Amino acid sequence: MQKFTTLTGVAAPMPTPNIDTDRIIPARFLKTIKRTGLGKSVFNDVRYNPDGSEKPDFVLNQPAYRKAQILVAGDNFGCGSSREHAPWALLDFGIRCVISTSFADIFYNNCFKNGVLPIRLPKEQVDLLMDDAKRGANAVVSIDLEKQEIKGPDGGTIKFDVEPFRKHCLLNGLDDIGLTLQKGAEIDGFESKQKSNQPWLHTARA
Amino acid sequence: MTKPRTLFDKVWDNHLVDKRDDGTCLLYIDRHLVHEVTSPQALEGLRTAGRKVRRPDATLAVPDHNVPTTPRSQGIDDPESALQIETLEKNCAEFGVPIIGMNDIRQGIVHIIGPEQGFTLPGMTIVCGDSHTSTHGAFGSLAFGIGTSEVEHVLATQTLIQRPAKNMRVTVDGALSPGVGAKDMVLAIIGTIGTAGGTGHVIEYAGEAVRALSMEGRMTVCNMSIEGGARAGLIAPDDVTFEYIKGRPMAPKAGAWEQAVTYWRTLPSDPGAIYDKEITLRAAEIPPVLTWGTSPEDVVPITGHVPDPSTVEDADKRASMERQLSYMGLKAGMAMQDVKIDTVFIGSCTNGRIEDMRAVAAIAKGRKVAAGIRALVVPGSGLVKQQAEEEGLDRILIEAGFDWREPSCSMCLAMNADKLKPGERCASTSNRNFEGRQGPGGRTHLLSPAMAAAAAIKGRFADVREFMS
Repeated sequence: MQKFTTLTGVAAPMPTPNIDTDRIIPARFLKTIKRTGLGKSVFNDVRYNPDGSEKPDFVLNQPAYRKAQILVAGDNFGCGSSREHAPWALLDFGIRCVISTSFADIFYNNCFKNGVLPIRLPKEQVDLLMDDAKRGANAVVSIDLEKQEIKGPDGGTIKFDVEPFRKHCLLNGLDDIGLTLQKGAEIDGFESKQKSNQPWLHTARA
Repeated sequence: MTKPRTLFDKVWDNHLVDKRDDGTCLLYIDRHLVHEVTSPQALEGLRTAGRKVRRPDATLAVPDHNVPTTPRSQGIDDPESALQIETLEKNCAEFGVPIIGMNDIRQGIVHIIGPEQGFTLPGMTIVCGDSHTSTHGAFGSLAFGIGTSEVEHVLATQTLIQRPAKNMRVTVDGALSPGVGAKDMVLAIIGTIGTAGGTGHVIEYAGEAVRALSMEGRMTVCNMSIEGGARAGLIAPDDVTFEYIKGRPMAPKAGAWEQAVTYWRTLPSDPGAIYDKEITLRAAEIPPVLTWGTSPEDVVPITGHVPDPSTVEDADKRASMERQLSYMGLKAGMAMQDVKIDTVFIGSCTNGRIEDMRAVAAIAKGRKVAAGIRALVVPGSGLVKQQAEEEGLDRILIEAGFDWREPSCSMCLAMNADKLKPGERCASTSNRNFEGRQGPGGRTHLLSPAMAAAAAIKGRFADVREFMS
């Protein structure tokens, strides 16, 4: 997994609440067996006309935001389907950080597995950053994960929370599976205890 | 004395392998369901790292999202869909994972076949790379959707790194009125708590109206927990649950059955257990409902009207509502019963079970689908289809003008050929009315199977109670 340490980039405003993962990447693009290449289809139905031309009013089609690396989003971003194709598509486009008042639980988890940092902030602070993001190419925001700080274009600093274990994994680009396999003895121990207490969970199936 | 625990607390505690100082837990996973869309990258990851599937016996794969609803003998036209299904079959063969293939009578939507086969049992932890895994919570198991990286993690380790959710209880007191069912109940709940109301929580559904539901109805309710923001929904197991499970192919047999039931009876929440959030609804106050917008929280009674954005104070929310009405092609103040439809979709992991087929047939019997309406009925599994045909439901539906099709996720998310054209309006028994969910530009209204049948007959939304005499 790609590390996340610091990031300085353009923030794009996306104030609509409840942006679901079908909006981020519609189901017909999930027929891939790869993780890469989804960036061209991210937000497809709000980004392109049916003939494939760009919709000029969509934020990421506007000159100032074509290379945005940060999204400042409305409440409950990433709700709906569990598809990890959503963070894959954002990442493939170049988005490394999403800031909102709230995220759907599965999307939030999925981001951390892909080096994308979701930041939850109180509404007043998201509103400030949303105003910053609306300034177009001047909306350059810096994020420092180690310090848990966001610096806006005017130099103001906002602190954010992140769970220590997730932060550790993101800062170091750690593979969860490798870490868990180090707990092999504990998993074996759990399984043998469960086998004796609840044998029906381990009997051969029909 | 030990602190009273909720059903969720008990299942969680019983699966804890390890806990870090910051509260991050390693949770053991009893059952893992796999489908073709969210698994290929996970199995590719295992292959690259030279890892194995730790417990193939606790894993079950089935293709469902891309499967066509045309006769199986016709195969799959779309080469990408075909490749995903072939990839699943090859991966299962390589890693020794049991699979119910496309031509198996037991094939169906992953969340229908888990319970049907007795793979889903009370007190388990169950995951799948699909948000509607919450369905299995109807059995009192902790069941939730995961991303593909987590699918890979479970395949390799049979565990997940998790933090405990908060407890939320939704109580529905009293009895539901005639014409009102589990789908109306869960839509009413989502309309009340909002689409993020359960975020960070698992929802335990309780109360007389929930206890009175069949297992099929309980699955419908738990299925849509995710639409209320909760990764998991739970209903305490009881005799209704045990009766449903007994004798299913993968359910415990003989002595193991008694042992399992004894354990399952210890699972319901203790009296005095504390919930972080509590909501109570009165069943008698829930009418037949449907959605008007592009979020599952946009719920109105069938006797209601399209809401008016000018009454909304928050500017972003008002703009969002105006956008929804424009997308949906609706005007503020319109009576829902005046809204005409083009298509009816009956099926999905929300409403593709035998009880749903019966509810549709009960309304359809002796009536006709309105002229020009396309009405698809897609059973949730081959076994649901078989049982419906044994009961003669297929003949009633076909006679009425419904299209009786083969099992698949189908038009719930339009990954196969069943989709809406831009601007088409659909009365759908599925779970999501998001923009483009049933095809780009398609307009989805969520409702119960009986209400969908009533809409098919009238050609517009209709009050199912008018069909009951």
